[in-house]
Amino acid sequence: MHAFANPARFLKLARPLTPWCLGLGLALIGYGIYAGFQSPPDAVQGETVRILYIHVPTAWLGMLGWMGIALTSLMLLVWRHPLAAVAARAIAVPGALFTAVCLISGSIWGRPTWGTWWQWDGRMTSMLLLLFLYLAYIALAGSESETSSTERVAAIFGLVGAVNLPVIHYSVVWWNTLHQPPSLSLQGSAIAWPILWPLLWTTPGFTLLFAGIVLMRMRTLIAENKKLARMRRLARA
Amino acid sequence: MKAKHQRLVLVLLAIVAIGGAALLAMFALKDKAAYFYSPSDIARLKPAIGTPLRLGGLVADHSIKRDADGVTIHFIVTDGIANISVRYTGITPDLFREKAGVVAEGALTAPDQFSANTILAKHDEKYMPPGMAGQKPPMGKLQ
Repeated sequence: MHAFANPARFLKLARPLTPWCLGLGLALIGYGIYAGFQSPPDAVQGETVRILYIHVPTAWLGMLGWMGIALTSLMLLVWRHPLAAVAARAIAVPGALFTAVCLISGSIWGRPTWGTWWQWDGRMTSMLLLLFLYLAYIALAGSESETSSTERVAAIFGLVGAVNLPVIHYSVVWWNTLHQPPSLSLQGSAIAWPILWPLLWTTPGFTLLFAGIVLMRMRTLIAENKKLARMRRLARA
Repeated sequence: MKAKHQRLVLVLLAIVAIGGAALLAMFALKDKAAYFYSPSDIARLKPAIGTPLRLGGLVADHSIKRDADGVTIHFIVTDGIANISVRYTGITPDLFREKAGVVAEGALTAPDQFSANTILAKHDEKYMPPGMAGQKPPMGKLQ
């Protein structure tokens, strides 16, 4: 972990890794979506079940993203890791984007299956809260006062916001909801193999795409910090 | 104790405290945050007649009856313990069928009679292609 505390060393690794993540991710998504049209429809839902191949990976990444923000926030608060704040800020934007895609795809899926675009049940409400948490985090971490106290306030917000993650996950277990309970768990899958397997392509695909976006944004933020530092030096001289 | 260890202990304590508080709050919300009541919840909580609420459960097998007007239906919602009969006038979602999950918005007209103004279909977590041999159809389980 501390081996990457040095931005120069991080950049040396991140630069070649970025195109690989993006390229491989897009290829996996492409194949997964193609496979998703070859797979059979669901016995009850029919063709709409294919939204699964987008909805599930984006839901997973929306939550994984905040897990990343919480983890990097912990690293910032405890170890003062210099790249942690950059990583958290880099995660926030794709995290919000993927959460939004999850909500939109879920809404489009809900209309033909449930008969409604939106209901305030435990799962949907807690997922919408996650989107708002992301937006608040982006506003907070991006606020202009370039001080370490801004970073720390954002990190505390990142840690406290992680409380919502178990709520999202267990909302369908704790409470009666319109959303069904989880189909995939460590015990196994309630999704039959012919419908499941394209998901095993799109999920790593979207994950690599997410990682690629995060690396890209981290490099941008590091470059921006460098530029600001140089301008400050010049202004003093 | 080094400063970073002190910070680690403080942050972990804060996480435990916030997490515990959130967990307690969520369990306190159990009835309030429920999206619908099951027939046995209604038997237990005895909501007042006419109060708007959502009723959820399985549509009992062979219970859907259609009135002569063609748009009014009657069916029984069950959770395996209690039953409530529901009356609804209007179009139902495609996934509304017997032995499948349903959520009805409306109000009780008697302790075991419900008048619905909206019907939503609830599906379960199972996904299966049609006619998969040796598998139970992905219907009939309510959680």
